[in-house]
Amino acid sequence: MIDTINAAARKVPAWVLYILLILPIPYLFYSAATGGMGVEPINALEREIGELSLKLIIFGLLITPLRKYLKLNLLKFRRAIGVMAFVYVAVHLGIWVVLDMSLRFDQMWSDIWKRPYITIGMVAFVAMIPLAVTSNNLSVRKLGGAAWRKLHKLVYPIAVLGAVHFIMVQKVWEVEPMVYLAVVVALIGTRYVPNIKARLSTSV
Amino acid sequence: MAHRWTNTYTASDVTPKGVWLNRRAVLAGMTGLAAAGGLAGQAAAQQAPLEPNTLEEITSYNNFYEFGTGKDDPAKNSGDMVTDPWEVTIDGMVDNPGTFSLQDLISDMTMEERIYRFRCVEAWSMVVPWNGFELADLLEKAGVQSGATHVAFETAVMPEVMPGVRNRVIDFPYVEGLRLDEAMHPLTLMATGIYGEPLANQNGAPIRLVVPWKYGFKSIKSIVRITLTDEQPKATWNDINAREYGFYSNVNPEVDHPRWSQASERMIGGGLFASRQDTLMFNGYPEVASLYEGMDLSVDF
Ligand code: HEM
Repeated sequence: MIDTINAAARKVPAWVLYILLILPIPYLFYSAATGGMGVEPINALEREIGELSLKLIIFGLLITPLRKYLKLNLLKFRRAIGVMAFVYVAVHLGIWVVLDMSLRFDQMWSDIWKRPYITIGMVAFVAMIPLAVTSNNLSVRKLGGAAWRKLHKLVYPIAVLGAVHFIMVQKVWEVEPMVYLAVVVALIGTRYVPNIKARLSTSV
Repeated sequence: MAHRWTNTYTASDVTPKGVWLNRRAVLAGMTGLAAAGGLAGQAAAQQAPLEPNTLEEITSYNNFYEFGTGKDDPAKNSGDMVTDPWEVTIDGMVDNPGTFSLQDLISDMTMEERIYRFRCVEAWSMVVPWNGFELADLLEKAGVQSGATHVAFETAVMPEVMPGVRNRVIDFPYVEGLRLDEAMHPLTLMATGIYGEPLANQNGAPIRLVVPWKYGFKSIKSIVRITLTDEQPKATWNDINAREYGFYSNVNPEVDHPRWSQASERMIGGGLFASRQDTLMFNGYPEVASLYEGMDLSVDF
């Protein structure tokens, strides 16, 4: 089963994923503009794209544990997932700036500083910029593998901030965003599992 | 008494059903009228008419946590709530306490249509053509005793038909309260209908409060109890988070919610490209300002 998926994945070029992941964006805009997202399409679209951003970040985090524990190798798609996660967050932010806030810049400026959930979202977005910019072979070569990997560890705090932002957007404590945060924390946790194992076995 | 307050815009008073389903048609009709009758047209233009939302908008985008926290949950999940028969208990500091059938309660009230702005604390708004009567008339009938200072309200709790109650997303019953002078203000309405039809369940059938100068959550739905007291009653959102939701919760563009600005709002129904509009002090009802004279509204928000 895993082998067949690995074999199939080997045949699919990564650019296919870019195409597949970009398609929901025009579809959702179309749906929002034509009544498919209810009578308050701006907030619905903003939330839908926001949630997809977080899902993509989580998929990106999943790649390593999938390989480590299930021997499922989807590494070649990770860059596409990461870059598209950034695109979704940028669209999410764009919706906020243009459609939600109607370009009221002074109100936005104060919101960014005064409202923790916007501040947190904004920090996460800004932190994603260097990752998106260095998501190409040239940058990996220029930075060197070690420095590049170190930089891209930023994705962990970004994922936590994204999930916390989701929790804070709600008016009450809702289950769904907590599940997202739990998943993010669990995925970060998987990084330390073998280390602990190794440490335990050496210390005994 | 009643009729202490009048709409600035009453187009749908004379709008037959069928036409109000499509407000574009209503407006087209108005423009026609205005063009035809010179003076009348001028008057209409000066009044900056409120454009009521369609019934579909009013019934499909709601907050009613008893039925779930999503905006479409109330429309989806409230169908099984039975609102006939319905009883309302009036108790506390009144001369004529008791439990009344809805029919008895409203039989001698003067029904009016009131087209009000409705501003949610979440910074969206609608315009709703309510049918109802002034709370003041009901309180007069109940005989408010001297010494009473506040009115408390309570929403029905029906776990069998209310998934949000079963999930306990917040503490139920939902409760709200007004100061007596706020409750007696002629703008304060007990609504039983919208567009001349009985309230839809998701809008708070069969009877709800409407306080147009306060954030929407003050306008408690599906009321089963009204209690006159001499102390400030508990109010659900204030109780959940007093820093974010004040007891008064008057619409005020200058006092922000800690998590979002209240300076502007988005009108439901404008579609994807509608821009924000400025939020008005007291939601555009300056006649209530005198109720709060001498109070610091950034402290008592
Ligand atoms: C990594 C960055 C970000 C992620 C992962 C993210 C994710 C999300 C998620 C999951 C939601 C809730 C969706 C739902 O309720 O279904 C949301 C809502 C929202 N986000 Fe973000 N977001 C990010 C950055 C930002 C930024 C930079 C801004 C604006 C400056 C922003 C503004 C908003 C707003 C305004 C909402 C909706 C709030 C409401 O409904 O009242 N987000 N976001």
